[in-house]
Amino acid sequence: MEQNHLLTYLLLTPIAGSLLILFLKEENPKLIRWLGFLISIAAFIISLFVYFGFDASAADFQFQDKILWIKSLNVSYFVGVDGISLLLILLTTFLTPLTLLSSWKAIEKKVKMFTFMMLFLETGMIGVFMSLDMFLFYIFWEAMLIPMYFIIGIWGGEQRIYASVKFFIYTMFGSLLMLVAIIWLAVYASGPLGSFTTNLLDLYKVGPSVPREIQSWMFFAFLLSFAIKVPIFPLHTWLPDAHVQAPTAGSVILAGVLLKMGTYGILRFCLPLFPQSAVYYAPFISMLAIVGIIYGALVAMVQPDMKKLVAYSSVAHLGFVVLGIFAMTEEAVQGAVIQMINHGLSTGALFLLVGVIYERTHSREIAYYGGIAKLIPVYCAVLMITSLSSIGLPGLNGFIGEFLILLGSFKSSVLNSWWFTVFAASGVIFAAVYLLWMYQRVVFGTVKNPELQNKLTDMTARELIVIVPILIFIVWIGIYPSTFLDMTRLSTEKILRSVGSFTLSLVK
Amino acid sequence: MTEYTIILLSVIALFIPLLGFIITLFSGKKFPKVYWFEVGVTGLGLLISIIICFAKLAFYNNQNIISGFQWFSIGAADSPSRYFIELGIKIDNVAALMLLVVYIISFVVHLFSVEYMHGDKRYNRYFAYLGIFTFSMLGIVVTHNFLMMYIFWELVGLSSYLLIGFWFEKKSASDAAKKAFLVNRIGDIGMFIGILILFFTYKTFTFDSIFSQISQGHLPFDSTAWLTAAGILVFMGAVGKSAQFPLHVWLPDAMEGPTPVSALIHAATMVAAGVYLLVRIFVMLTADAMLTIAIVGAFTSFISATIALTQNDIKKVLAYSTVSQLGYMVMSVGVGAYAFAFFHLVTHAFFKANLFLGSGSVIHAMHHEQDIRNMGGLRKKMPLTYLTFLISSLAISGIPLTSGFLSKDGILAGTLAFGKLTGHWLIPVFGFTVALMTAFYMFRLVILTFHGEPRDREKYEHAHESKFVMAAPLVILAVLSVFIWYTPNPFSPDAGWFLSSWVKTPHTVVPAESQFNFMIYNAAGESALHGEIVHSELYTETIHWAHYPAMLLSLILAGLGILIAYVMYQWKKIDVDKLTEKLKPLYNLSLNKWYLDELYHATAVAGVIGLSKVLAWFDNIIVDGIVNGAGYLTKLTSKLSGLFDIYVVDGLVNFSAFFSGFIGLSFKRIQTGKVQTYVVFVVFSVIILLLIFKSF
Repeated sequence: MEQNHLLTYLLLTPIAGSLLILFLKEENPKLIRWLGFLISIAAFIISLFVYFGFDASAADFQFQDKILWIKSLNVSYFVGVDGISLLLILLTTFLTPLTLLSSWKAIEKKVKMFTFMMLFLETGMIGVFMSLDMFLFYIFWEAMLIPMYFIIGIWGGEQRIYASVKFFIYTMFGSLLMLVAIIWLAVYASGPLGSFTTNLLDLYKVGPSVPREIQSWMFFAFLLSFAIKVPIFPLHTWLPDAHVQAPTAGSVILAGVLLKMGTYGILRFCLPLFPQSAVYYAPFISMLAIVGIIYGALVAMVQPDMKKLVAYSSVAHLGFVVLGIFAMTEEAVQGAVIQMINHGLSTGALFLLVGVIYERTHSREIAYYGGIAKLIPVYCAVLMITSLSSIGLPGLNGFIGEFLILLGSFKSSVLNSWWFTVFAASGVIFAAVYLLWMYQRVVFGTVKNPELQNKLTDMTARELIVIVPILIFIVWIGIYPSTFLDMTRLSTEKILRSVGSFTLSLVK
Repeated sequence: MTEYTIILLSVIALFIPLLGFIITLFSGKKFPKVYWFEVGVTGLGLLISIIICFAKLAFYNNQNIISGFQWFSIGAADSPSRYFIELGIKIDNVAALMLLVVYIISFVVHLFSVEYMHGDKRYNRYFAYLGIFTFSMLGIVVTHNFLMMYIFWELVGLSSYLLIGFWFEKKSASDAAKKAFLVNRIGDIGMFIGILILFFTYKTFTFDSIFSQISQGHLPFDSTAWLTAAGILVFMGAVGKSAQFPLHVWLPDAMEGPTPVSALIHAATMVAAGVYLLVRIFVMLTADAMLTIAIVGAFTSFISATIALTQNDIKKVLAYSTVSQLGYMVMSVGVGAYAFAFFHLVTHAFFKANLFLGSGSVIHAMHHEQDIRNMGGLRKKMPLTYLTFLISSLAISGIPLTSGFLSKDGILAGTLAFGKLTGHWLIPVFGFTVALMTAFYMFRLVILTFHGEPRDREKYEHAHESKFVMAAPLVILAVLSVFIWYTPNPFSPDAGWFLSSWVKTPHTVVPAESQFNFMIYNAAGESALHGEIVHSELYTETIHWAHYPAMLLSLILAGLGILIAYVMYQWKKIDVDKLTEKLKPLYNLSLNKWYLDELYHATAVAGVIGLSKVLAWFDNIIVDGIVNGAGYLTKLTSKLSGLFDIYVVDGLVNFSAFFSGFIGLSFKRIQTGKVQTYVVFVVFSVIILLLIFKSF
């Protein structure tokens, strides 16, 4: 395949831009904000070029770019995208400018530092999704922790230090095990391949031949790292803390993109590298996913804090994604990918919306509000649509994802029991319960809190510019999902083919 | 008119309410009169639906018009497992008629609301919501597959949420809206799983394809038990939407919505959807599924009729009567009286819409008074409302010359035949008891509202007859509640065009051994045109046998019910207060709706919230506790390591330094510099060494 540097440009744009920002003067936050915004827009435009140049009828990784990096270790800078990673890259480049724009008012101190961190973070996230070398992947995976750590730690709420340290150490703990597994696998591969390598495409050939005993250890080392990130029950408790303490922009990126890195990792590494173990443990992990769906929803129901409620709803939604991945049918995995995007959009939007009223009142307590429908009708309409999308109302995006996952898990020969579907489906009811209940308490009724009258103003033009693009995609995916399903179809099939033969052997 | 035109018109009829919704919603601020656009759009839709209905019945009476398109596909283009998820439209006679009914009701409700809702702060938004409600319901009516049915099913749920909670300032209204949505969702999940079972087996969502595969003997998991399960699970959707026991509790609360909305919900949209769904899946129901459905319907109809007896809120009485009548329809499907279920759906739509709009007219005139104990004598003030209300009350009670008589009688005959054929006599017993109670509570309502002396003088004085836009709908609906539209012979529904040529019971596709023997069509039936009546001889005979006894009995019971109502409330021959005192436990049971809401609150609602609280605690203390504990443990370890480092590791270092210093200091003393001392040391050393070596 012809060398093409487009992905490298995409990767370098935010980081180069962030360095540029360091040269600006702190006294001119307006310039910094605009520049940061424009740089992220530029990255988005480049990612659109990738999208339009992407050939959905080819299953291979495209736009590959490879430069030998550390000769003695046979490590390369090696990037490329398939449909799944491209979709997630688009989500990243789409959400970053919106979050930057959303924090124009919310972030007042250290604007330069903030913009720098956000752009740095963007490069890290894009890098994770496009790396085809495990060493490179690991570097991006870890590098991305640093800006997030600072974003929560500097611009966060009262307990930001606790939350950021917890987030950092928890994730770090998982990723170290992954590092061990990467090295182990690479050393193991040097037998059949003739040399130590971290090239993912080569390792794909080796992984399935690792003896079962060892493979299980490697599988779990990878899985643990990803499961913390997703997060899969019971490894989720860093999430509510991180979300509640993070500034709005941090929460949006955290929910929108960072969590997806976990599910992406499972799809990209756990399944094709260790197919036998993935198939073998699929029912067990799906069970945890189901527990997450119901547990997350129930715990969300009684949270007094809106952000915490949305955070726990993430546990439930990501449970659907994990269930979809481990059902290992085409419908389910496609649904899982769509659901990753959906969650990024809907939950991202929910965090943005909580941020909008938080900026005005500095309260996230549900009990503080009530009756705001009369005060800020536009806001309430937008919140309604977003909540309905999260609930999975047909016609909006959430339905497509949940529908495909439930359909696929029902058909799944790996799970081989329809109880998974039944329990997951009951999560759909609970989702409606906690969101509609929150909506009722915040929006309906009469205004009881006199402070609201003075403090609340309806959404500004800037806030609408942030939220409307998300709403467009919420409706788009709900009505015409083919745009997105077509992109990921062959990539999904390829992953499933790699586990397919082991699925059959297990069933028979 | 070609099939293509009919499909095109149906698509237009489906989407124009959505257009109305969008335009009315977004231009409401700029154009305060935009609600007329919404009304106009509905009027246009009504015209189109009349054309569709006429064309379908006149030119394509025995032919279904179906058209679909591929929404999205699963599987790669060249893969053999690739399949498409299809959306599409199916216009058969039932759909064409339902389309018309929905539009008629929707249009009169629009018209009525123009006056009724006048002056509301969110006037235009109200009309926009009516638009999306109509749209959602129409999607259910015209679809040719389960998936689209489910999609619009959920949209109906959303629309009801918006409209029931329209006056969201009231806590009770927003509670009711939420309750309606959630209770419906419980049923929907069952329906969804039922649909998944069907899809899993037949690889398609379209009705016709699924049914034809069943008729070829292809069953889910190769067992009729699973077909029964699929049928009952899909029926769960209807239990939610059509407010059947035990999920009926949302419906009475839904009265919190504006009254015209109640007319819409209870007549043509939402609750009708459940029965319509049953009509759609009728052919795939097994004997066990049908029996379940019949029992649920009969019990619902009975329980809600008993509740309606004692309610004092005019809308609550009507609400429970709706639940009861829906129970009738569901029961009717269950006993195999397919055509009568649909027939009753249509006739009930008109007279129930009329009753609700009539009650709206009363409430409007009485300045939002809803308690019938404060009414009375309104007949003089509101003659038109009274007359139309009376006609509809006669219809729902099943008095001859009304449409209700025709459809209700058919259902009761069906239950009687079912009882005779299967031995399940309890179902007709429930059916006839409900007929008695219905006549009683409806006339209790009529008498307390319109007859006698006004009990609240002040409000009575202010009452007035409604204006034209509110009165016209009442008249239209009252006219539609008369027999002539359905049959020329007021005593024989079968003679009418509605049943003899429009709506015919389709063949069952279920394997013969798992269906009631009387549902199996005979050999001659197989060659008959699709959709023709092919019940076995046995069933036809039994229905004939049941027809006159049922009619007679239902007439007697209806008359008796009305009579008792007159005796108790008009002529006051029986002291009502004393009677209630005597029957206190029963009275309380009825007044408090069998305590079902309390029961659900104490068990399901409290259970879920309690569980959530426990889990939240568990999450905070245990799960997170372990994480923090691990962190604390790490910290503790490092603190201990720190201490160890300072006192042990570093201590050793310091100690060795100290020790060498100490040694140095001690030995320093012997470095005296005097030769004599050294000589003494040498001599002693040599002696000691010699002694040591000698001993070896």
